[in-house]
Amino acid sequence: MTVGLFLTQALNGLQLGILLFLLAAGLTLVFGIMNFVNLAHGSLYMMGAYFAAAVFNWTGSFLLAGLIGVPATMLLGVVVERVALTRLYQRDHLDQVLATFGLILFFNELVRIIWGPASVYMNTPAALSGTVELFGLRYPSYRFAIIGVGLAVGLGLHLLIHRTRVGMLIRAGATHPEIVAALGVNVRLLNTLVFGLGAALAGLAGLMAGPILSVQPGMGEPILILTLVVIVTGGIGSIRGAFYGALIVGIVDTIGRAFLPALLREFVERSLAQAAGPAIASMLIYVLMAVVLAIRPQGLFPVRHG
Amino acid sequence: MTLLVVAGLVKRFGGLTATDGVDLSVDAGEVHAVIGPNGAGKTTLINQLSGELVPDAGSIRFNDREIVTEPVYRRALLGIGRSYQITSVFPEFSVLVNVLLAGQAHAGHSFSFWRPLTAESQLVARARDALAQVGLGAKADLPVSTLAHGERRQLEMAMTLATQPQLLLLDEPMAGMSLAESERLVTLLASLKRRYGILLVEHDMDAVFKLADRISVLVYGRIIACGDPGAIRANPDVRAAYLGDQDLAA
Amino acid sequence: MIPVASAPEAAPEAAVSRSVRSARWATPSTLVAVLLLAGLALVPVISWLIGEPYYVTLFTRVVILALAAVGLNLILGYGALVSFGHAMYIGIGAYAVGILSFHGVGSGWVQLGAALAVGSVVAAIIGLICLRTSGMAFIMITLAFAQMFYFLAITLKQYGGDDGLTINARSDFGLFTLANNTVLYYATFAVLVACLIAFRRLVHSRFGMVLRGCRSNERRMAALGFPTLRYQLTAYVISAQVCVVAGIFLANLTKFVAPSYMAWQASGDLIVMIVLGGMGTIVGPVAGAVALLIFEEILAGWTTHWMIVLGPVIVLIVLTAKKGLYGYLVDREARRAEADGAAGP
Repeated sequence: MTVGLFLTQALNGLQLGILLFLLAAGLTLVFGIMNFVNLAHGSLYMMGAYFAAAVFNWTGSFLLAGLIGVPATMLLGVVVERVALTRLYQRDHLDQVLATFGLILFFNELVRIIWGPASVYMNTPAALSGTVELFGLRYPSYRFAIIGVGLAVGLGLHLLIHRTRVGMLIRAGATHPEIVAALGVNVRLLNTLVFGLGAALAGLAGLMAGPILSVQPGMGEPILILTLVVIVTGGIGSIRGAFYGALIVGIVDTIGRAFLPALLREFVERSLAQAAGPAIASMLIYVLMAVVLAIRPQGLFPVRHG
Repeated sequence: MTLLVVAGLVKRFGGLTATDGVDLSVDAGEVHAVIGPNGAGKTTLINQLSGELVPDAGSIRFNDREIVTEPVYRRALLGIGRSYQITSVFPEFSVLVNVLLAGQAHAGHSFSFWRPLTAESQLVARARDALAQVGLGAKADLPVSTLAHGERRQLEMAMTLATQPQLLLLDEPMAGMSLAESERLVTLLASLKRRYGILLVEHDMDAVFKLADRISVLVYGRIIACGDPGAIRANPDVRAAYLGDQDLAA
Repeated sequence: MIPVASAPEAAPEAAVSRSVRSARWATPSTLVAVLLLAGLALVPVISWLIGEPYYVTLFTRVVILALAAVGLNLILGYGALVSFGHAMYIGIGAYAVGILSFHGVGSGWVQLGAALAVGSVVAAIIGLICLRTSGMAFIMITLAFAQMFYFLAITLKQYGGDDGLTINARSDFGLFTLANNTVLYYATFAVLVACLIAFRRLVHSRFGMVLRGCRSNERRMAALGFPTLRYQLTAYVISAQVCVVAGIFLANLTKFVAPSYMAWQASGDLIVMIVLGGMGTIVGPVAGAVALLIFEEILAGWTTHWMIVLGPVIVLIVLTAKKGLYGYLVDREARRAEADGAAGP
């Protein structure tokens, strides 16, 4: 295990974390404001990837894929929200879970019908298919670009939430929704805005994930569950929690999978390490979540309610 | 005998100090009323005594035993009973089952999987007695949803009594009651006085001055005065802070 | 016969007059429950009469999933603990059979013992962690842990990994084996009925009332003096063990076990069955399982893309028929009884 290998995996972990952050931010914002966990968020991510892949394969332009795909996902999110989800905000969590479960089934089958069950390929855009030099090692440009874009989005979100009027309404709505409504703010519009923002973020994540993960039916749910681990560990409703939680989960998962089996071989005999290594590595982030919950059930960076 | 001793209780919510160094005590057989303007922190205080809120500092001793770190259910088992300002019952069950559950908590463990709860004749008899005591005997088998607001408050009281406490923490028991209902509750509480120690948080001044042996006045989280009803009525700080020019019932 | 259906606890049995009690036997919900169970009991007979052994296999699957749904309903319907990860216990039961069979242990008793032992330890630990949270966090965490087990099973390359593991022989219980499809069906059905009877008693016992009290008003339960965690954890473990047993039967039915038995969709399907049939009723999940699986069979006959219909149907059910098919009957009777009660003295 060399320093170079470790750095590469760390960067990969960072990149996964950034992707997770884009999803977690949208999910946690919606939960914070509307007290609604949208399990179909993974489906929005999937649709984002499919839209982007479709446009990219049709036009050859990654830029166009982004310019069309992300707004299309946002629009889809808004439509779904207005048609199906608005009614569910007042319902209990079981209803919300079930309804969004139904939506997941619907979307997975929809893409299967339109694009077939096999993976759709999306190549890395030509401009980014090289490598960059970082600390003396070569790292794929595309993955580096993901990190860059993600951090920029994170900064943008921070500015939006903490420096703009809309952001102030979002923060107010997250801690005192009744007061915001009583002040005459159009809560419905605010909700749709937040939901649309989350959908756009999911679409962006889908666009960026397209070239490096497989675009296939059901791709949303494993990522969604990882995102749930992120927001539970980081603190439900908190963007800061989503950010740090995502980075922690991304890095721990990637480094764990890369190095744990080898590390284990140093301590136990080979065949046991061979069998147990991958198993433990796959369980690592869930164990992490369990430990965080045991010590701080509200997460690492919980939202503070006044 | 002193049941409850609270010393230096502090609770902050961000920048707001809801409880600012509160000291008070409740003896067995007395009614110690806590009054104060809205927002004074009365419910926050009760929540810390019952265990639902953890104070930032201070001590709570019950029967000379420190309980500030004990969870809610442990305090209930030790003998602290609590009623809620907003009625907190089990709406899906009948009136009788509500009180049955209260008694069940203090009748051994509940790892019994086969025998119907309603077949435990001793528990049922005790529950019916508790209901009769508050005047709900006739409505025992009805669903809670058929009860009027005042009757639900009575049920709330019956449930609290069914846990056989030594100390009662009553959070605005008269809230939302009609004149007749309030009078009935005052009579009931007067009859209960000898058996329990009661910390009574209340807005209804008639009830407070009829029942209280001692009154503490809570303003912005601090006790500004504590004494017998006559002393409190005459206290100029209290009049200024809370009662204003209000004429108090004799 | 013990009525396995009744109106939810609106009045204690001891206080109900003779005439009302006898009327309760003949309520529509009791009738439906009896018919449903009688129908299921006769499936092998009917299937033999019409010469279609396939129906025994189909309905064994129905009964297995009904059993798992009944198990989950104990904490979901009666305890308001929405676990989105109970399929992992089905997986534990199935893998116990698979792994032991792989190593040459075909005894049903050993498999059952091992499955229950592992299931109890896992459920106790997972339950303890999950019960530190509530509401949406609880749902998410149960989902996450189920996913963890799913991935764990995939990494078990020696037991088939993602492709799954074939099982050579069905479980041998000494006096009988599950090799015969009809025997397997009746064994599964017998366990289902036993579970229904046991739960019917349980929900009215001290334990059941604590669980239901926690669903109704957990804050008050603690204030009354109940250490709610230990009862909720016990209920969680019991419900998990019922799913473990269902998993044992499932592995026997298909002679196969794969990580997909623990996929999140499987957990979601259980919840759909419970809500479709009627949460908070004993027999509801059985009705839901029958309805869902028959619905799927019919839909699958029309198009391979039937899931695109199922999805919106689930959304519609949530938005409209919240009480469930069977639950609606029970609720209607409860409201009538309440109306009668209020008219009294």
